[in-house]
Amino acid sequence: MGVRGLNMDTVIKVENLTKRFGNFTAVDNISFEVKRGEIFGFLGANGAGKTTAMRMLCGLSIPTEGKGTVAGYDIFKQPELIKKSIGYMSQKFSMYEDLKVWENLELFGGIYGMNDKVIKQKTDELMIKLNFEDERDKLVKSLPLGFKQKLAFSVSIFHQPQVVFLDEPTGGVDPITRRRFWEMIYDATAQGITVFVTTHYMDEAEYCDRVSIMVDGRIEALDSPDNLKKQFNAKNMDEVFQQLARKAKRVDN
Amino acid sequence: MYTIEVKNLYKNYYSDKSGKFAGIGKKPNTEDDSNSVPLQGLGAGISFDVNRGEIFGIIGPDGAGKTTLFRILTTLILAESGTATIDGFDVVKDYKEIRKRVGYMPGRFSLYQDLTVEENLEFFATVFNTTIEENYELIKDIYVQIEPFKKRRAGKLSGGMKQKLALSCALIHKPSVLFLDEPTTGVDPVSRKEFWGMLQKLREQGITILVSTPYMDEASLCDRIALIQNGQFLKIDTPQYIVSQFADVLWAAKSDTMHKLLEDLRKDEQVKSSFAFGDSIHITSPLNPPEGDLNSLSIDKLTKYLTKIGHKNVEIKEIEPTIEDCFMNLSQTK
Repeated sequence: MGVRGLNMDTVIKVENLTKRFGNFTAVDNISFEVKRGEIFGFLGANGAGKTTAMRMLCGLSIPTEGKGTVAGYDIFKQPELIKKSIGYMSQKFSMYEDLKVWENLELFGGIYGMNDKVIKQKTDELMIKLNFEDERDKLVKSLPLGFKQKLAFSVSIFHQPQVVFLDEPTGGVDPITRRRFWEMIYDATAQGITVFVTTHYMDEAEYCDRVSIMVDGRIEALDSPDNLKKQFNAKNMDEVFQQLARKAKRVDN
Repeated sequence: MYTIEVKNLYKNYYSDKSGKFAGIGKKPNTEDDSNSVPLQGLGAGISFDVNRGEIFGIIGPDGAGKTTLFRILTTLILAESGTATIDGFDVVKDYKEIRKRVGYMPGRFSLYQDLTVEENLEFFATVFNTTIEENYELIKDIYVQIEPFKKRRAGKLSGGMKQKLALSCALIHKPSVLFLDEPTTGVDPVSRKEFWGMLQKLREQGITILVSTPYMDEASLCDRIALIQNGQFLKIDTPQYIVSQFADVLWAAKSDTMHKLLEDLRKDEQVKSSFAFGDSIHITSPLNPPEGDLNSLSIDKLTKYLTKIGHKNVEIKEIEPTIEDCFMNLSQTK
């Protein structure tokens, strides 16, 4: 195992992180820290550089400049160890539709190196907790969207990662399911899992402990939702976002 | 005559024995009565009308049947039962006529990625027997924003630019009705606002717009809306009227410990529902409690109770519902 970060209370730490593609600077010199157990909202307009930044944090893309650690591992030198220590879920990819519920859990548990006994035991626990016992043997594709979403999130934290990256996890789901989903996120943080989440729903930004807003590759604001609203003299996070994102110069919008 | 007239439209993709339903309308003779009123006869479908020059929003989550409805109305698939007309033309018999007069922007980007911006627009103009010049006025406001990139291939455009090109292509033959299937899904709040601004301008030019979205906050930008879930309409009306018909009392609550507040409210039997809503929790309780019911909830009582069990800075006030509140309220009672 690699050398763990000295400060165990910091799960993500990046300094002057930059990613260039040719002469285009997708992520421009960003620095921030995320504390253990925190819900960190990562906001920005389309094309602001969120996906590129997130790929670097997940060990999928090597930065051009800067430095950083995720789960105590160096993002330049130890991307494989990072991948083992994190969970990931997006709206687009969640699970294998042609596998049964328990088969998905076994597959992902196995990939992350959990042993069969632990997988079995944790599967049992999860089915009870989610009230999913009747769905255990069903194919994922036969489940309603709300079920899938809950299950996908449970799969992403099944191996008890230090931090889970959620990329627009609630896109398109109905308003009640969306809120139930956030209640699951709170449960996960109670277990000590750190949550790094992107969303286009500004009411969800209010549920985060801290929020960063990217504009043209840079982090233009970073604070708790309450402080950001004060700072920008806004009544909600949508107004904060509108004020910042309208400054964008990149020709994306 | 209505511009769009839909009567009892029904379509189920799972006609096999799986018992599942996906599509629009209500599965006939269903044994799953968990969320339904008893059915009369075969396949209870959905019905609605759209007036000329209206922006009509179909609002609901993924899998509610929005795309199925759009595909039937744009003559791409057939319904199992029911009828629909566009400008008086039948979607089955007169499909050729309909295809000439509607513009359709599907949910998935479906322009030619290997053609440039300009080539795509020219292609669609040609297919509809017209030229870019002839209808340029209609798309001008939108197209000028992407014109600097007209030599760029569509596949190389960013999300926002693709959206503008797709809208331009759907408009180039000056359609009478525009069908926009989730044009703003996955789009950031700033670009969404801008897109709705474009729609308002198009309406001023007399184009009827049927638009679907999973974002409840976009409802207020429509003249009328239909809230849809599991293939069924929960309500059709103006956003203002739907809000005025909210069946319960609605309060917004805050305290210093929001997660615990939610937990405590959930335990309270007199609270009908409680959900996080931005920086507060929205609580519903029945509007007309039985007369003389000493247990009925009041803001005062609830504030005292929550303070007693340890909450600090409890703040509860009555609020106007949003469409999202209405959707949640209606889908819970269904």
